[in-house]
Amino acid sequence: MPHAERPSISRRAWVATTSGVVAAGLIKTQADAVRLIAQEAPAQTTDPTKIPGRLTSELGRRASGEQPRRLAPNPALSSSSRTPLQELMGIITPADLHFERHHAGIPEILADNHELLVHGMVDRPMIFSMDDLKRYPRVSRIHFLECSGNGGAVYRPTNMPTEITVQAMDGLLSTSEWTGVPVSTILREVGVRRGASWILAEGSDAAVMARSIPLDKVMDDALLAFGQNGEAIRPEQGYPVRLFLPGWEGNSQVKWLRRIEVTDRPTMTREETSKYTDPLGDGTARQFSFYMDAKSVITFPSYGYALPDQGWWEIRGLAWSGRGRITGVEVSTDGGQSWVQAALQGPILPKATVRFRHLWEWDGRDALILSRATDETGYVQPTVQQLWEARGDRTSYHFNHQRPWKVASDGVVTFGLGELV
Amino acid sequence: MRQAVVVIILTAASVVIIACGSEDAGSAYLSATANAGEVGGTLEGLPAHAPARFGFGAEASETRIAMWDVDVKPDGEGLPTGSGTVSVGEQVYMVHCVACHGPTGVEGPNDRLVGTEPWEDYPGDRTIGGYWPYATTLYEFISKAMPQLTPGILSPDEIYSVIAYLLYLNEIVPEDAIIDAESLPDIQMPARDRFVVDDRIGGPDLIR
Repeated sequence: MPHAERPSISRRAWVATTSGVVAAGLIKTQADAVRLIAQEAPAQTTDPTKIPGRLTSELGRRASGEQPRRLAPNPALSSSSRTPLQELMGIITPADLHFERHHAGIPEILADNHELLVHGMVDRPMIFSMDDLKRYPRVSRIHFLECSGNGGAVYRPTNMPTEITVQAMDGLLSTSEWTGVPVSTILREVGVRRGASWILAEGSDAAVMARSIPLDKVMDDALLAFGQNGEAIRPEQGYPVRLFLPGWEGNSQVKWLRRIEVTDRPTMTREETSKYTDPLGDGTARQFSFYMDAKSVITFPSYGYALPDQGWWEIRGLAWSGRGRITGVEVSTDGGQSWVQAALQGPILPKATVRFRHLWEWDGRDALILSRATDETGYVQPTVQQLWEARGDRTSYHFNHQRPWKVASDGVVTFGLGELV
Repeated sequence: MRQAVVVIILTAASVVIIACGSEDAGSAYLSATANAGEVGGTLEGLPAHAPARFGFGAEASETRIAMWDVDVKPDGEGLPTGSGTVSVGEQVYMVHCVACHGPTGVEGPNDRLVGTEPWEDYPGDRTIGGYWPYATTLYEFISKAMPQLTPGILSPDEIYSVIAYLLYLNEIVPEDAIIDAESLPDIQMPARDRFVVDDRIGGPDLIR
């Protein structure tokens, strides 16, 4: 498409700011047009073949021109920051870009001082140092972790944004390889008594954050996780040890874990009553909505990018389900009128993100692109209208509806759900 | 390019909502999900030659358990001795709570605490009077996490008192109420029967 025929906005790059709002700036080259520019790219002033490079070092660092950042617009004691999904490749989130959500700040805990108490309806109440825990047989698994509030900014019909990045919209999602000891191993050690059906998991942060978890889940696949992507878990993710519940909402996976009480009933903490419950619009609210249902989102192209030319583009995104494996992701480039199966990048792991891709020949006209995931239970990612029908348009948490992006004829990409509602 | 609204046809079985009765919330969750048939689980068992017990870790003494066993359950288990009144609670509130929750519990800037408006389709602000199903949760939460900048600073008498004051502002207890380990679990919260336990199990027809 000749540049002369295109509106001037097509020659602008879109610069992400720390507020998640995108402002326009001039594009210098065509390559810049498809790059989300978070900062000025440094100019190459030397010939690297003529100057010896720098020496080895104890700690690596990112290339100077590659500096992805979490979105942390509102630092507070109870706050969150978001993963830059639009800048990541594959499925693993670098640990320093894993999203944060904490309720009373990030505690400073020394591993040597930390202990885990396991008591309640058990034969042998025990206390474990980190050295004790780490001596038990370990497992490592790749799983996503997502806050149940993710996507809340694109649910209300009265407030549907067009200028929102995938980071601001869905950045409360990250994927890591988690290493730890199955909680079932520790419960076997202490001996769970007959009649037990729940646990209370409690952290050692300044909120002493606590949640009740059904014992079935704990015995199935819960971990006491102390490893993240090959190293000790980060303080923001619960150092030195957190509860990890594959596929379940983030807040249930208590960080900085210091106590497990085996019980026969839920404790009804604040985080499972006044928070993290979902009003359904019929005078009731759903409680213990732990599962993160199947979801997908296109990460490229997305708001913040502009396509400089028609032709071949690869649509890329992530899909995941808290109920098991993703079995398929369909992509539509015509607003949901027709769908094609996207390619899925293996290995396709249960309760883990899957990278999907679809090669698209853009004809240069306005297009509405979207994806929908199906998981192994047969659940298909719903439209927002389906969720409104089921829960009304003012529910809280669990916003897994389809996310369209509008690619305008000038190449500028904006959030497109408003086009479909 | 409008997308058709898909009408969800729920089967009779899929719309059963299990009431969250006073003692039954736990068993309601378990019965609702008993046949969920967890898919794709990745539990790795211990090898066959693993010992019955490894013995790594130490026995936890009663003293140690008591030191950390700080939660409060809906039946009152975990509540300490002590008691509080509305008038003392007002004094506690005006020292420790007012800066974040406002002079009458509605002004913020942090969570609105007071509200008595009935909840029809959706709750309004998630106030104590409008949304909190259990009075014991107030002790469970305040004793651990409040005041936000000095958590754990309040004595049991102060906590019981500020709860009495907040319940009074929410028109749940009278001005002469005395709140203690006996009376707190018996308080019937207005939103108590509004909560239903999630019973969705996945599958093609379960967008609810």
